Amino acid sequence: MIGSAVPRKEDAALLTGRGTFVDDIHRPGLLHMVYVHSTEAHALITGVDAEEARSLPGVVGVWTARDFAGLPPRPSVPGLERGYLAAGKVHYVGEPVAVVVAADRYAAADAARAVRVAYEPLPVMATVADALARDSVPIFAPLPGNLALEQQVTPDDVTADLEAAPHRLRARLVNQRCAGAPMEPYGVLADWTGAGPTVWATVQAPHRVRAEIAERFGLARHLVRVVAPDVGGAFGVKSSFMPELFLAPELSRRLGRPVKYVETRGEHMVHTYHGRDQLQDVEVGFDDEGRILALDVTLTVNIGGVPDPVGIGLATLTSYMLGGCYKIPKIAARYRSVVTNTTPTASYRGAGRPEASFLIERVVDLVARELGRDPADVRKANLIQPGEMPYQTPFEGIVYDEADYPAALDLLLDRLGYAGLREEQARRLADPRAPLLGVGLSTFVEMGGFGPTPLFEQFGYLGGWESANVRMQPDGSVIVLVGTAPHGQGHQTALAQIAADQLGVPFDAISVLYGDTAVVQEGTGTMGSRGMPVAGNAVRMAAVEVADKARRVAAHMLEADADDLVRIGDGFQVKGVPDATVTLAEVAERAFKPHLLPEGTALGLENTSYFEPKNLSYPSGAHGCVVEIDRDTGRVSILRYVCVDDCGTVINPMTARGQIHGGVAQGIAQALFEKVAFDAGGRPLTASLEDYMVPGALDLPPYETHHIETRSSFNPLGAKGLGEAGATAAPQAVVNAVVDALAHLGVRDVEMPCTPERVWKVMHDAS
Amino acid sequence: MIPAGFSYVRAGSVEEALDELSRHGGAARPLAGGHSLLPAMKLRRAEPGVLVDIGRLRELSYVRADGDRIAVGALTSHRTLERDPVVAAQVPLLAAAARRIGDPQVRNRGTIGGSLAHADPAADLAGAVLALDGVLVARGPAGVREIPAREFFTGRCRNALAPGELLTEIRLPAAPGRSYAFEKFSRRALDWAVVGVAAQARPGGGVAIALIGMGPTPVRATAVEEALAAGEPAAEAARLAAWGCEPPDDAVASASYRTHLAEVLVTRALAAL
Ligand SMILES: Cc1cc2nc3c(=O)[nH]c(=O)nc-3n(C[C@H](O)[C@H](O)[C@H](O)COP(=O)(O)OP(=O)(O)OC[C@H]3O[C@@H](n4cnc5c(N)ncnc54)[C@H](O)[C@@H]3O)c2cc1C
Repeated sequence: MIGSAVPRKEDAALLTGRGTFVDDIHRPGLLHMVYVHSTEAHALITGVDAEEARSLPGVVGVWTARDFAGLPPRPSVPGLERGYLAAGKVHYVGEPVAVVVAADRYAAADAARAVRVAYEPLPVMATVADALARDSVPIFAPLPGNLALEQQVTPDDVTADLEAAPHRLRARLVNQRCAGAPMEPYGVLADWTGAGPTVWATVQAPHRVRAEIAERFGLARHLVRVVAPDVGGAFGVKSSFMPELFLAPELSRRLGRPVKYVETRGEHMVHTYHGRDQLQDVEVGFDDEGRILALDVTLTVNIGGVPDPVGIGLATLTSYMLGGCYKIPKIAARYRSVVTNTTPTASYRGAGRPEASFLIERVVDLVARELGRDPADVRKANLIQPGEMPYQTPFEGIVYDEADYPAALDLLLDRLGYAGLREEQARRLADPRAPLLGVGLSTFVEMGGFGPTPLFEQFGYLGGWESANVRMQPDGSVIVLVGTAPHGQGHQTALAQIAADQLGVPFDAISVLYGDTAVVQEGTGTMGSRGMPVAGNAVRMAAVEVADKARRVAAHMLEADADDLVRIGDGFQVKGVPDATVTLAEVAERAFKPHLLPEGTALGLENTSYFEPKNLSYPSGAHGCVVEIDRDTGRVSILRYVCVDDCGTVINPMTARGQIHGGVAQGIAQALFEKVAFDAGGRPLTASLEDYMVPGALDLPPYETHHIETRSSFNPLGAKGLGEAGATAAPQAVVNAVVDALAHLGVRDVEMPCTPERVWKVMHDAS
Repeated sequence: MIPAGFSYVRAGSVEEALDELSRHGGAARPLAGGHSLLPAMKLRRAEPGVLVDIGRLRELSYVRADGDRIAVGALTSHRTLERDPVVAAQVPLLAAAARRIGDPQVRNRGTIGGSLAHADPAADLAGAVLALDGVLVARGPAGVREIPAREFFTGRCRNALAPGELLTEIRLPAAPGRSYAFEKFSRRALDWAVVGVAAQARPGGGVAIALIGMGPTPVRATAVEEALAAGEPAAEAARLAAWGCEPPDDAVASASYRTHLAEVLVTRALAAL
């Protein structure tokens, strides 16, 4: 089954509108929770008047920070603890100041508007420049200079190398802030009955959420049940520990009734954390061939108003991936995480790695431009060769697995018809009426398969492994319980394919369950492109054990030696004896008959396995984009988008393509459309989908996808993951194409998003 | 997205709708396709106390050829305008504008009356009706009156209807076989115009040109019209596209980019005529 494009098991329910999302779940006596969000970017709270709100019909209560002072702080950066609601001070527009609970959502929303919060405004620092300015005032109390973290990632000093290099150049690149904007916003329903709560939540790591809730409430974990039902997209933003994960259970406990919170779209745009938002200062030294000799990078990250434990350190991952797929002997990297009066930032599809890929791919293009060489040739001069794998990067512990980067680039150039495109480009340049043509390349590598445990522990997880329980039912069908919590990836399908191959059971006879801590043994979750490289291997491991036991039972039934059995259709046969067969269903049933099994055989056909990856995996590839630019309006149209991806073993080519499509769509969105913006006063300018330009299907090109399958030796399946590859590869493929189309005007950079206006202005200013 | 509380009445006839509107005074708002009003309510930009639903008044959904005039009922959907044969033959500019509104769902629900009454400065149909020199028919407690499109849009999302008045019909001079152009520039394929241009060749020669997204209301590009009438070449005339406009300067586009777009789109529209 591995490698076949079977349709998704999850689609029947989802496509007929019969999925079960948090907001579809109802409990008797349900109450609704709504936030009062800060309307100020930076201010002291001088009073909260909830008198009128409390008196409205249907309102059960209004609570402020003081009411939760007894709870331990929510998961925070050690030393930078944050509460659930703003206490005394607000740090950004959208920060929760109070919660209202009412009998229905309408009453709750009305009451939230009736809560009067008095503010005494403080100076607003909406940008890192303002926050770091000498006259800035501290935003988050323990951080006097608004610098939350300053990290020297490598000890290397490359000053001498840069000075010795035949050429060098500098650039400042901007990787703008984006919002995850999943179709389903954040939601939580908590019902505290008896000794502990059941919490239905749109999360990516239910076991981790269970652990955090248990810890806050001083409960043993078995008393807390967390269920992630169908989750309508997450893209990393549902891995943050939003206050509602704790407030809903706490209020349910106090009120003795279930409490539901479901974010509105407007709230999502200011309340749920954003991603990216890096300023990148780069200096690069290179030789005449364009070989990069040294790279010096300073990243400045806008982490928003309250430091998030993931957001504060994400630039570590950016730093690790700065070398891209190139042999760069020396890299010096440092970063600063800065608080500002904006919504906090944390994980968003790719979480730190797309920023790195963007940086190095833009730099390679700048180098090519500076030398007047073709960007494809400069890439070839720098690529790590297949014979050099596994490749130790300048960063300790960051070792790339097997891949053939040059082959990916060659395949891309071939599929693009690169030489022909260059001719067409020259022809159009000569014709003032023809739209400009640009070609952009992105040879990328990113990190997938998060684990292993020593790394993942640093993000607060119990481990970097994943677990699977494979249980054959007495009729030979199979239930798989897995510790991931997918939200669109199609694990029911892909994991069933993996199990089917090991067990010799039809795909249709396998069900994959996940997302419920009361059902699934233990789990880590879904993030960091870890589904196939980690969970896939856990399922495989457990299935191997079950298959092995099934073979032993079959051998007993056939009175043969296990080694003499061969697999046939739906069961086993004694090698060379066509009559001596037994079906898997018969074997499965036999596994439950103690008196008919060899002495000492444990009952049942079941195994739970934990797979710990040896290391991260490194999905890679080469993407190319062909754009056309309207000379009059600056509008960029993507004519072609070609992907070559190497995610190692492809489990299901169709769902793999789906992951690439979605990732590339989000990458193109970052390149051309999306930006979370604030005015100088910290007021959000993109608080609705009218203003935040999520592109639609008609704005996106058809994708041409190709795969190279280089198995990773880091895990038995050979899979590398690809959930984030598209989002990592695409932004710079598009931006490189846009800059390429304008290069004849002397344009070196166009900041994302390359909106028509921005491109028009760049053209206008250049000519 | 949770609206404030409101009450709801469904009108069975135009008379009933007018009665309800006058009974509730300023608190009441007619509800047509709901595709501007309901989003505004969910964002709490509008908090009407009473919705008078006129959405099912089939009597207001029609397209009729009436001599050299085309009469369009206020509740005619965008989708109907897009596909109606009379519109296609007599006022194809209206169909061209309707076709560019949102997506099929929006076009199936949204109505021409709602779009005009909402008076968004970037509404596609507003541009077309203005370029076609349409006349809007209003019915209210004081009877029926006609309002020329040029006088209908009084400010950003403001119109010339008196309290309690309903827009019932849009009358357009038929323009069979005459050339027209609708140029819309939007950030996304399915999106509001940043700037748009509706152009209609007139019977006696000359061109009527309306701009959307170039100020608090849709406007006629009179400077361009006059320059063309004076025999200026199209390229020269188009330079005057934004003359007298006060284009917004906002997160969608700067005023100077809008000014530039107006010139580009007028040039394209004139070339297409
Ligand atoms: C996703 C989306 C995309 C859109 N894209 C576009 C676009 O690209 N271009 C565009 O032009 N429009 C667009 N629209 C708006 C759409 O065209 C609306 O349908 C239209 O603006 C309003 O028409 P309606 O019938 O829905 O009016 P409603 O929303 O019901 O009413 C709008 C206003 O007009 C008043 N009103 C309605 N009918 C009458 C009447 N007969 N007499 C007096 N007052 C009346 C109402 O009280 C209200 O104030 C979009 C809307 C959505 C939701």
